[in-house]
Amino acid sequence: MKEVDARGLSCPEPLMMTDEAIKEGAGEFTVLVTEPFQRTNVEKFARSKGKTFTSGEKDGYYTVTVHA
Amino acid sequence: MTQTVCLTKYSKNCGCAAKIGPGTLNNLLEKLPEFHDEHLMVGFDKSDDAAVYVARDDLAVIQTLDFFTPVVDDPYLFGRVAATNALSDVYAMGARPATALNIVVFPKDLPAEILGEILRGGADTVLEAGAVMAGGHSIQDDTPMYGLSVTGFAHPKEILTNAGALEGDVLLLTKQLGVGVVNTAVKGNMAGEEARKEVLRVMCSLNKNSAECMKAFEVHACTDVTGFSLMGHAREMALASGVSLRIQAHAVPLIEGAPEYARMGLIPGGAYRNREFCGEDVVLSQGISEEMNDLLFDPQTSGGLLFAVASKDAEAALSALQAANPDTKASIIGRAEALGDAHIYVDD
Repeated sequence: MKEVDARGLSCPEPLMMTDEAIKEGAGEFTVLVTEPFQRTNVEKFARSKGKTFTSGEKDGYYTVTVHA
Repeated sequence: MTQTVCLTKYSKNCGCAAKIGPGTLNNLLEKLPEFHDEHLMVGFDKSDDAAVYVARDDLAVIQTLDFFTPVVDDPYLFGRVAATNALSDVYAMGARPATALNIVVFPKDLPAEILGEILRGGADTVLEAGAVMAGGHSIQDDTPMYGLSVTGFAHPKEILTNAGALEGDVLLLTKQLGVGVVNTAVKGNMAGEEARKEVLRVMCSLNKNSAECMKAFEVHACTDVTGFSLMGHAREMALASGVSLRIQAHAVPLIEGAPEYARMGLIPGGAYRNREFCGEDVVLSQGISEEMNDLLFDPQTSGGLLFAVASKDAEAALSALQAANPDTKASIIGRAEALGDAHIYVDD
């Protein structure tokens, strides 16, 4: 599964990368971010694009897996 | 050629969204020694917009400084926005700006013309304010920053603080909200043309005319709405005044597109910090949408003034504000009421 590594980046970069992954038709992919609020923003973005997602935490980072 | 450099690429956070969170700041300030001077009318214990020192019975000196990293790519407009924002604190205290000093941080690998444009934007704004640019200080570093230190004057009786709001007062907000969210959308290349134009208009609109026209009315309190958001600054006013403020969410004016961008998650980290800091002292009714909730806590760069005025003057004051500032949307957004369990209540 594709990973979109947006750790250490500031908003809106994680959203721009998520947008790109959706446009590329990446299928299911996981976005990694540093801050909890960035995860909330990625969740909102995925929802606004009609996507479902699963959120989690991994090794001290925050993840949103955007479903295909 | 100055247009080819994307200034916002040099900043992780932009404008007032880059403010250090109010929680962090208050914890640090509490540890500093306390200063006492009978002439200091407003110091930082009051969480107000600027310091006020009563130099003579008929003369108050207002001091403030404000600077930040680029909010827009165009250097001239960055200068204008930063200067408009810095001057706003003087207007929020009911005073007139007299002198301004430039605060500059600029990278050595950027063309000097860019800095020239930033300074020109600042100078034009100081000129528009009727103040004089009197000097400044510049430092070389990787992240560009710009702002002003401004000194203003007023009669001590003219000074407006955030502490005078009375039960029954009407709340007037002079600019629409959504600056932080729309700037984030602009940075992400997701903002529409109208939203781009409107956010620039809002940020470049000097609070001078609003402050001046309100002198004709019975104003009890004033603050400017910047990095701590409408909720954060309204709460400071309520705390300082010993009242609760009840705000009608539907009456709060918004920048075109802001709700859509908030729904998309284009929300500055500062908005989340502001909400956390206000905690249960801000009570939002169940009917408020998620995007409106986010916009109420959105950090504003060069935002409007929030006035508490006697209710008899509210309608006339609103008309005067609308006539004084056709570029922005002044609105009546709520009322002050007797202190309740929370300082801020927002109805849908």
